[in-house]
Amino acid sequence: MRSGPVRAAWLRIEETIDPLFPGGTNPLRNLGALACLMFAALLLSGTYLYIHFDTSTDGAWPSINRLSDEQPWLGGLLRSMHRYAADLFVTFTLLHLLREWVLGHYSSFRAMTWLTGVPLLAFMYVSGIGGFWLNWDVLGQYAATASAELIDALPMLDGTLARNFLDSGAVSDRFFSLLVFIHLGVPLMLLFGLWFHLQRVTRPRILPPRALMFGQLALLAAIALAWPVTSGAPADLGRVPVALALDWFVLHPLPLATSLSAPVFWSLLAILFGVLLMLPTFPDRQREPVAVVDADNCNGCRRCVDDCPYSAITLEAHPDGKPGKQIAVVAAERCASCGICAGACPSATPFRSVIELVNGIDMPQQSVDSLRRKLVDDLARAESAPVVVFGCRHGMDVEVNRRIDVLGYNLLCIGLLPPSFIEYALRGGAAGVIVCGCADASCEFRLGNQWTRERMLGAREPHLRRTVPPDRLRVMMVGRHEQGQLDAAIDSLRQNASQGEIA
Amino acid sequence: MNKPLIWMGQAVLYAALAAVILVFTRWPSYQNLPADSALIKLSISHQGKVLGDCVEQTPEQLAKLPPNMRAPVSCPRERSPLTIEIDVDGVLAYRQVAQPSGLSSDGAAVVYHRIEVPAGAHAIEVRMKDDARSEGFDYTRSETVTLAPAEILVVDFDAAERRIILL
Repeated sequence: MRSGPVRAAWLRIEETIDPLFPGGTNPLRNLGALACLMFAALLLSGTYLYIHFDTSTDGAWPSINRLSDEQPWLGGLLRSMHRYAADLFVTFTLLHLLREWVLGHYSSFRAMTWLTGVPLLAFMYVSGIGGFWLNWDVLGQYAATASAELIDALPMLDGTLARNFLDSGAVSDRFFSLLVFIHLGVPLMLLFGLWFHLQRVTRPRILPPRALMFGQLALLAAIALAWPVTSGAPADLGRVPVALALDWFVLHPLPLATSLSAPVFWSLLAILFGVLLMLPTFPDRQREPVAVVDADNCNGCRRCVDDCPYSAITLEAHPDGKPGKQIAVVAAERCASCGICAGACPSATPFRSVIELVNGIDMPQQSVDSLRRKLVDDLARAESAPVVVFGCRHGMDVEVNRRIDVLGYNLLCIGLLPPSFIEYALRGGAAGVIVCGCADASCEFRLGNQWTRERMLGAREPHLRRTVPPDRLRVMMVGRHEQGQLDAAIDSLRQNASQGEIA
Repeated sequence: MNKPLIWMGQAVLYAALAAVILVFTRWPSYQNLPADSALIKLSISHQGKVLGDCVEQTPEQLAKLPPNMRAPVSCPRERSPLTIEIDVDGVLAYRQVAQPSGLSSDGAAVVYHRIEVPAGAHAIEVRMKDDARSEGFDYTRSETVTLAPAEILVVDFDAAERRIILL
């Protein structure tokens, strides 16, 4: 795991904001979903704008102005939302990229998702800059001519694109329709690319949690109403647009290219994309052992297939040859080594009366058998009834915080915990059990918290048996530094246990 | 954390995001051209003259060719590069030798260059050479133009009338 100061600082910022956005609604933990939300807002508002848009050179500017003048509460509002959504789309996408890089989410099982995400950046900028052309005001004129001059500098092109903007007569309606086509076609390619980007992710979060979604849409509508977007003067190719109120979120590549010179800009861009595409070959962490299937204990029940967050497990015909029987097969390159599959396996119950607990699917570096042995030994050694805390090694360290009366176990992911271990610990003499996952929406493997909650609530297999007394169990999803919450839960369980003894 | 505090905190963060968006969608203003300046756009796309003459093939040369390729005259495709010079107020402002495009160098040569000048009157002289075998420049145009601030003067070549034009 990357452990540099940048990563630590990023996580600290996320955790600082967490209390203000309860229930997994922290925007910094939902950047990809927020970008998707803005993209959806762009597509929907853009559809309405296109219905009213005149695709001719002379008709474009007045048709957009009419939206603001004649229907400010619908067309004008949507026009402004379209522009601000583009700004937020770029912002959230770049932050999403930065976050995934800082947290080291670009190699091994995430490499394909990273690699399919990088080209989307180019589509995003082409879509965004292309949108400014269509308004065909002075800003559109600047964006179009500067884009054409930039593209002309590419070695394979013969440098004639900028000649399309020499004078007003040069920009024909047909050529303008081509610009419209670019602004329609490239976002569709972006949508298609997004589908590829999410192929290796099971149940991707395309939209943020409802509270955050409504908050962002309300923000978008509020700024669109308060500061509506208006057009500049109509484009005049006989004059240079001198001082421009530039939209720096979308248009920053153009002045940057001017200040650096086009060849330097393209060279730097090629280096940047090269570095981004090469990053997966330089992982920031060592590859961990992947899940291993034991044919004798796997009956092809499919639970691990359903629970795997990265679609790394498939079912194939079982080698014992029995008709219809299947076995889980792990695709090593896609396996995140999270152990969520082990937690889902019905054979992972510690109550099985076998000396060595061999699972249908298990993690070599932290097997269910090793967890059972450790728990049994620790409970036997404990002088008084301890509180058992199952944590996640990506979250709060529950082992290092161990008190005399507390047994802590850092799992690969909280989703690795088979629910039957809770009952097993209580029967073994534990005063109570705490299942301590990472803060909401911060699970390193995306679905560990969700599956754990559902298993505890009986909404997902394997579920926690109803015979477990609720007052002896705490399920909490907290940040790495929220030791106080854990201590309070321990004290509460200990109090419940002592009251039970008195009764 | 209690709800009023959460709402206040969220309101502050949403307002901060709104402020960032609203500020950087219009500020700082970008100066695309210095004030009181004008722009000369030198933009010419033109095919230079063919570099060599057509040569009549001898019967021996024709006999070596496949029957479908026995054209009696062989003409080279390669075009001359385009040499452009522009003087502004008697000073050479830009010079370029543009190579013809295409794998066989038989396409148009393209020149595109922006020259920023102070607004006002300027003596412009444009010289162009499109035949590598000729001496000196094949086309010249001299003119005094008065450019208003932000005005664009386009220097182009009219292939039909074979002359340099100022738009």
